[in-house]
Amino acid sequence: MRLSDLPKGATAVVDRVDDAHASDPIAQRLRDLGFVAGEPVRVAAMGPMGADPLLIQIGSTRFALRRKEADRVLVRVEAVA
Amino acid sequence: MTASTLRIALVGNPNCGKTALFNQLTGGRQKVANYAGVTVERKEGRFTAPSGRVLQVLDLPGTYSFDVTSPDEQITRDVLEGNYPGESAPDLIVCVADATNLRLHLRFVLEVKRLGRPMVLALNMMDAAARRGIRIDVPELSRRLGMPVVETVAVKREGVKALMARVDGEMPEAAQAQADDAASRSGLHAQVRELMAATVTMPRATAELDDALDRWALHPVFGLAILSLVMFLVFQAVYAAGKPMTDLIGDGFGWLGDHATAWMPAGPLQSLIVDGLFGGLGTVIGFLPEILVLFFFILVLEESGYLPRAAFLLDRWMVSVGLTGRSFIPLLSSFACAIPGIMGTRSITDPRDRLATILVAPLMTCSARLPVYALLIGAFIPTRRVWGVFNMQGLVLFALYAAGVIGAMAVAWVMKKMRRDRSEHALLMELPSYRLPKLRDVAIGLYERGMIFLKRLTGIILGLTILMWFLSSFPAPPAGATGPAIDYSAAGYIGRGLQVIFAPLGFNWQICVSLIPAFAARETAVAALATVYAVGGEGADGAGLAQALAANFSLASALSLMVWFAFAPQCMSTLAVIRRETDSWRNVGISFGYMFAVAYVASFVTYQITSLLT
Repeated sequence: MRLSDLPKGATAVVDRVDDAHASDPIAQRLRDLGFVAGEPVRVAAMGPMGADPLLIQIGSTRFALRRKEADRVLVRVEAVA
Repeated sequence: MTASTLRIALVGNPNCGKTALFNQLTGGRQKVANYAGVTVERKEGRFTAPSGRVLQVLDLPGTYSFDVTSPDEQITRDVLEGNYPGESAPDLIVCVADATNLRLHLRFVLEVKRLGRPMVLALNMMDAAARRGIRIDVPELSRRLGMPVVETVAVKREGVKALMARVDGEMPEAAQAQADDAASRSGLHAQVRELMAATVTMPRATAELDDALDRWALHPVFGLAILSLVMFLVFQAVYAAGKPMTDLIGDGFGWLGDHATAWMPAGPLQSLIVDGLFGGLGTVIGFLPEILVLFFFILVLEESGYLPRAAFLLDRWMVSVGLTGRSFIPLLSSFACAIPGIMGTRSITDPRDRLATILVAPLMTCSARLPVYALLIGAFIPTRRVWGVFNMQGLVLFALYAAGVIGAMAVAWVMKKMRRDRSEHALLMELPSYRLPKLRDVAIGLYERGMIFLKRLTGIILGLTILMWFLSSFPAPPAGATGPAIDYSAAGYIGRGLQVIFAPLGFNWQICVSLIPAFAARETAVAALATVYAVGGEGADGAGLAQALAANFSLASALSLMVWFAFAPQCMSTLAVIRRETDSWRNVGISFGYMFAVAYVASFVTYQITSLLT
């Protein structure tokens, strides 16, 4: 599923970041910021209009991502032990 | 440059405290704040190390990666690689990392390491890390990274001693340079994970305080309510706290003027001092308290880390009018002055969003317009309470600020509709940890702004005020003239010439004259009006000027003039900055042209409607 499909407060693990088009700088920047396979992420908050942007916590960092940006990030929801 | 000068560059992720370190090392006073992208230029300073060696320090804009996406990140990359015009690569790189956010910051450290240059890692914000129970095995980290690692607390004087000693000491050995390609870069995260596992223990990924505050600050309903309340209180406070002090200063200059009149022989010199200096400059300096109150709030907000939250809340809405959440911070700085605001747009990654922000930034009410508003509001708007709590004058001031904001949104929306490029542009904005503003930083910020204001006052505003006095006093009226002397002066002629254009807006010739120096510095409009009316024989100090204005023009003219200043073409320095930042005269022309048109139409409508109603 996509990062943008997660409900508020949900956690998941990053699977990969897809390029929306060839040599997509936004996808590259997301990877540079740590959206790489195996990283746990959490949807910490959502914007007041149309639940956009999303506030994503990855590691100790909080990033505001628009839904369109978060669409590029594919995640797995893993059962928390 | 002497052989003993060592050149050091401070680099690191945005908002890791490079500039605070720079200030501590060099005794500099560069602006620090709590959001990504405060430093957008290469800044240079120097200090003499204990060994007597002179160290030159470069403070560079923060960057997440060498895969640059904005002009400020490009500067950093160019300097480090020795491609910056007129500058060789630095001798030593000090990579700064926030100890509370190593997972993100270490990746960039590894990226810089691949340049193969001598390098030191400064683990900054160690105090915050300790408070959160984060433990870092520094010797092990240093061993694994193959570079010296120094702990720092950039906000404390003692916190940089170790770093100072380290950069003054033996030059660390450089790592082997590695090619920068996508394949090797993707391996960096795995290395970071390994380093983190071996050297860092953290009880909790984020600070509990941040999570608790964000639950309120980013709440869809309470978050917006808090934001509106904060903004509204700032503008109420500007009036409530600043006005009494302004009146006091106005009275002081009135008293000085009276004494000067009594002590000096009547003549041109007395007129210059009393009407020009005390009347003109005194009126402008009276608004210093209001400006400082406004800056106090802007500085506190910047330091607290709240501004990126506001940007988060407003992003969707700003996108719908053709801007981006990232525009929020440059636009808020523009309330102080459009020049730092326009320069701050460099942290907006996207050229299209950046240009839109630059073009609307001057519509934000800069502090130079505050004296004009404060004068006119004081003269024409009654001081009564509305709904028992709000000050009517404060409300009008708020409305003028709101007019600027709404105007900016409308203009951005029109630009959005006009452009053809509809490709996607990213937000990707980091929200920092909250921080209690440091009294010292706020005090330095206020001092700097106060000095800038006083320098303008004793420079350009003083010069223009004397010129205005001269134009209002000469030539002397011909023998046998019946009207007031000022009617025969150069100012009188110029003003009446301009009145042809501005009469439909309800401007009398005195206002028209004052618009000319206002183009160089907005505050001068007040000084110019004060001088013109003082030479004309009515009122010199702030309070006297307000009475003179109230006697000489209608409420409709006053409102029209306020609206004019809300939208009118910005001062020359702003146009010069637009030219520099966009490298285009066309953008300067667009900016000037649309603002003149909007201001003219808005003032015309205001004047005609108010005239009908009153």
